[in-house]
Amino acid sequence: MSKVRVLVGTRKGAFVLTTDGKRQKWEVSGPHFAGWEMYHLKGSPADPNRIYASQTSGWFGQIIQRSDDGGKTWTQPGTPPDEKDPKPGPPKGESNKFVYDTSAETGKPLTTHMWYDGTQHPWEFKRVWHLEPSFTDPDTVYAGVEDAGIFRSTDGGKNWKELAGLRGHGTGPRWQPGAGGMCLHTIILDKSDPKRIYIAISAAGAFRTDDGGKTWKPINKGLYSQYIPEPTAEVGHCVHHVAMHPSRPNVLFMQKHWDVMRSDNAGDSWKEVSGNLPTDFGFVIDVHAHEPETIYVVPIKSDGEHFPIDGKLRVYRSKSGGNEWEALTKGLPQKDCYVNILRDAMAVDSLDKCGVYFGTTGGQVYGSADAGDSWTPIVEHLPAVLSVEVQTLP
Amino acid sequence: MIRVVLPGHLRALARVGPEIQLHVEGPVTQRSVLDALEAQYPMLRGTIRDHVTQERRPFLRFFACAEDYSLEPPDTPLPDAVASGAEPLLIIGAIAGG
Repeated sequence: MSKVRVLVGTRKGAFVLTTDGKRQKWEVSGPHFAGWEMYHLKGSPADPNRIYASQTSGWFGQIIQRSDDGGKTWTQPGTPPDEKDPKPGPPKGESNKFVYDTSAETGKPLTTHMWYDGTQHPWEFKRVWHLEPSFTDPDTVYAGVEDAGIFRSTDGGKNWKELAGLRGHGTGPRWQPGAGGMCLHTIILDKSDPKRIYIAISAAGAFRTDDGGKTWKPINKGLYSQYIPEPTAEVGHCVHHVAMHPSRPNVLFMQKHWDVMRSDNAGDSWKEVSGNLPTDFGFVIDVHAHEPETIYVVPIKSDGEHFPIDGKLRVYRSKSGGNEWEALTKGLPQKDCYVNILRDAMAVDSLDKCGVYFGTTGGQVYGSADAGDSWTPIVEHLPAVLSVEVQTLP
Repeated sequence: MIRVVLPGHLRALARVGPEIQLHVEGPVTQRSVLDALEAQYPMLRGTIRDHVTQERRPFLRFFACAEDYSLEPPDTPLPDAVASGAEPLLIIGAIAGG
């Protein structure tokens, strides 16, 4: 029978939730890395026992953790815990070393971006927001970081190298941080075209490479952001999250700061599909595992009030790829609920019916085993949830 | 042997107890102690000093014998009591964040 493993990153540690194919009874393990901010955990599609995790702290910086047994045990790649004695030879892999590439050969000497006040500010590494393992190689994984950049490891997370063409393609000095920092939070790989990658940055916008990360271009045509000086600018849009169904790599769905958007041409142009949503502000967006036109968002009241309207936690589902939305409320609190759902905190499993999961800043992780028709809290009292990912296991 | 006390989060990361002991070659300074610490516990690289600049991370401080050595140049000798192992070097995380 199939199993489902839900990987939950929180402000104070990581949790692994597991269940069988019925998705009724759950086992909870954790906290792993108690006390640390766990921004993101994600399993390798090529080897489900391989899980990468971003462990971070304002005090102690960035750590990358890796599990090779489905989250039971963890090591920092290249520095096993039993290998403490210094040995002669070259340095060990430095899995928590993220250094921007400013070399003339492979990148650009780009060292500043726009600060909140419009002045230029040095590019400073702060943390890894998102880890995206390769479809085919368990040792290849991408990292989206703050200040915005994308790194790749091809040795299981031991060493990281920036794909500097993104920061260096030309618009970098015009990128500006959003309220949460200037983070590269979304990385989408295309299973049908290994050279194509989509990424998104707050508050720069969405970008695409078609040559494996050497060159990039902004893909923000059609976005309209009233809160920036030029509402239709090439860059500067606060994209909160982007989702894609693997079977249709040219169709993208976006939750922008305000507006839910859709592209049918790989991001070359976008159109708004907010339709009848009660508010089109929000953070998460995801796609049903088997129905590429069925998408999910969680509307949030506004940029100043990061909680559901009227204290009612409602997931909205569109079965038409946008514009026509229905509220999903069964099992979700419909009064006095003032949590937020952060951008990487929704995911789906690939069972039939599709399971949908999301975590809240109040520490709840809700799951639906019927594509959103009804919801049950899996856990209710975790630290604030930063990210939710799902693995469907044989 | 040089004695070093780490903050709790780094003890968990290095999987060590409240105090660790290091062998340091030559003069006992901030730099030589941290070099020895990172050689013995490579998982701590980048957590105390920046990977590239080797500067102390902003929310950490170094204390010994009830004195703050955080702002001393990294090659300044630490007190004899630290060099002899009578007193530990304390690596302290700032109390911040509410």
